[in-house]
Amino acid sequence: MDFLLKLLAGAIRVTIPIAYAALAGMIAERAGVVNMGLEGMMLFGAFFSVVGSYISGSAWVGLLFAMAAGALTGLLMAVFAIGFKCEHMITGVAVNMFASGMTVVLLQMIWGTRGKSSTVEGLGVVSVPVINKIPIIRDLIGSVSPLFYILILCTVLLWVVLYRTPTGLRVRVVGDNPFMAGSMGINVYRVQYISMMVSGALAGLGGAYLSIGDIYMFSKDMVAGRGYIALSMVILGGWKPVPVAVCGLVYGIAQSLQFRIQSVSIPSQLVQMLPYAVTIIVLFFAKKGAEAPAMEGVHYYQKGE
Amino acid sequence: MNAVEMLGITKRFNGMPANDNVDFYVEKGEIHSLLGENGAGKTTLMNILFGMYRADSGIIKINGEEVSISSPRVAIENGISMVHQHFMLVDSLTVTENIVLGQEPKKGPFFDLEDAFRQIGELADRYHFKVDPRAKISELSVGVRQRVEILKALYHKADILILDEPTAVLTPQEVDDLFTVLRGLKEDGKTVIIITHKLKETMAVADSVTILRKGKKVTRLPIEEVDEQKLADLMVGRFVDLNIKKKDLRADRPVRISLEDIVLEKNGKNVLDHVSLEIRSGEILGIAGVEGNGQTELIEVITGIERRYSGRITEDGRDITGTDAAGMLKVIGHIPEDRGMRGYISNFSNWENLILGYHTLPQYMTRQGILKTKQIRKDAQEAIEVYDVRTEGIDQPTGSLSGGNQQKLIVGRALKHHNGVLVAAQPTRGVDIGAIEYIHSQLMAVRDSGGAVILISADLDEIVKLSDRIAVIYEGRIAACRPASGFTESELGAYMLGKGDSADEE
Repeated sequence: MDFLLKLLAGAIRVTIPIAYAALAGMIAERAGVVNMGLEGMMLFGAFFSVVGSYISGSAWVGLLFAMAAGALTGLLMAVFAIGFKCEHMITGVAVNMFASGMTVVLLQMIWGTRGKSSTVEGLGVVSVPVINKIPIIRDLIGSVSPLFYILILCTVLLWVVLYRTPTGLRVRVVGDNPFMAGSMGINVYRVQYISMMVSGALAGLGGAYLSIGDIYMFSKDMVAGRGYIALSMVILGGWKPVPVAVCGLVYGIAQSLQFRIQSVSIPSQLVQMLPYAVTIIVLFFAKKGAEAPAMEGVHYYQKGE
Repeated sequence: MNAVEMLGITKRFNGMPANDNVDFYVEKGEIHSLLGENGAGKTTLMNILFGMYRADSGIIKINGEEVSISSPRVAIENGISMVHQHFMLVDSLTVTENIVLGQEPKKGPFFDLEDAFRQIGELADRYHFKVDPRAKISELSVGVRQRVEILKALYHKADILILDEPTAVLTPQEVDDLFTVLRGLKEDGKTVIIITHKLKETMAVADSVTILRKGKKVTRLPIEEVDEQKLADLMVGRFVDLNIKKKDLRADRPVRISLEDIVLEKNGKNVLDHVSLEIRSGEILGIAGVEGNGQTELIEVITGIERRYSGRITEDGRDITGTDAAGMLKVIGHIPEDRGMRGYISNFSNWENLILGYHTLPQYMTRQGILKTKQIRKDAQEAIEVYDVRTEGIDQPTGSLSGGNQQKLIVGRALKHHNGVLVAAQPTRGVDIGAIEYIHSQLMAVRDSGGAVILISADLDEIVKLSDRIAVIYEGRIAACRPASGFTESELGAYMLGKGDSADEE
């Protein structure tokens, strides 16, 4: 029982950044853009949250930096993928490579190293008094990063916006049939640009968790493929906010298990492979019930353009 | 009073005029048919009215006032709505969500879905449309989807409705329903414009007609002053023979291809359900049916594209069950139902597309597997002349030809190589009258020279006109199979909707 609780508690923490990125990927795809640049957006989020915290001495300012950096990266990708109609996948990969290189350059400029930043003020943990009185739950999220609660807030907010506001309806239509949206006088490009910036900001928050939410510093390429894992969670969650956020747990549990069985005498490489293997296997068996937004990754042209 | 006036409209694409100084007007409260062949500029003209394109020159007046329609938004504000040929609907959303998009009812910052459901329900009732506002688009038939499109226009306060080829995808019964709907709209004071190339429906529903040819206006006439023959001649610019001269059937018509008890299962359902058919030499067998009742699967089985069926197929008594597509092509020529998908490769040149599927024949390929390009190109040159493909030459990419000429090329390829049996699926879909006339005469020529043709078409008129025998397919079963003269049109319609037996009783 104790082992299970610890496993789950660990899994939840591993899942937080993935869930942010998965939500980010979902909102972009709902608006018809395949956000392959999640990895880079997270990386910028992780880096600039440290910068913000370093400059101001407050981790919360760092969080704002992360969102701004993510949103700007989202805007940058939108300019190429939507404005210049570059292939979405390629644009995303370019964003990732750009982020990987740029963060190292900036590390060198600010801290004079190429590997790690200095330690900065972190977000710490919060304990909600009510939750601390409930057994089991207390063990799971009794003391947890504030980003956990912000994540729940974001998930609910996304659901409300997508399904309960005119804006959300328009986003969903743009991803499924931009030509119809255009014929009804909706500004398809504006919807896509804004969605990409929201996507970037969310991914930035996910990145911030890795740095100022966890180890309180930035280290080179610290996102380590989580952006790609998140993209598969978008599919697994069927492009719906709550399932998408929760599906990250699949990877989280596998990762958490991996930490805990490293001492067992299995070759460590095999153990480390576990989270990725589980992700692939789960995707393979995932019911293909949910359908992707029909026009995802397709360039929209206004008539006469 | 004219609801719409367009004066001196000119629009060029890459220097080529799609509309050349066109004058067009529609009176308030009439149903007007905008008639012309593919590429005559009908859709371009209406896209200009709907704000999808800007005209290079010319003015537009709505209800007598000059307006500048710079986008669909402005058109909608001026009471103009367009029902596109390819429906502008999102399958995964409800009827209501599709309709209110752009003008959603709100409660505070939120989308008031319940109020929207109520409003759309009332709107549908008012016009006697049987549409469930909560249904998802993916659950609806094509006819109902079109009604959703019309409701969308009405919700957005349209007074002027433009319908682009509204009957292209409908069954005869659905067409009748649509016409009833349009007449109801007219009674309600709405102005309706239908873009079409079909003569019959222009005669059936329109009050007046404007004819375009090659981007220019030919004439505008009240419907009382025209008939189908006159419309066809004006549209094409020469005399068009609307009647096919059928020679008598030969006495000796041996069975060429026989399907025996074919069953094909897909997703636990028999999409072909014990189908038996005989295709005889010297006749055209028409397969009538509402699309999606197994026609596609039947084509795929006969042409060897689908091989998981049970049952038996024979050619001249020889068992050819389970032969693959390449093998079948040696026996059975194939004009595919979707030319974009199976007919040609868009960026291949004409000479390459003309041998596609036949490229391993000895006249095209050496024994070492090298293409005899010189011979192929020479043959291709002949073929585009014989089959009247209007093209810049054999090196032009087939994708840049007009639909009619693409189809003539595909028909030509099948005619050139077939072995006395031809599967012609939707042979004239999206093709203009001149090409239809030509393709029909070619199919008749195959029949007259002793070939066996199986004709699958969604266009019932085409089936009735060409076929010697007609088989009606419904839910994967052959509901009836008789000589063509043995059906009335309403009987065919009834069988197509699975009500054949009740029609017999009446």
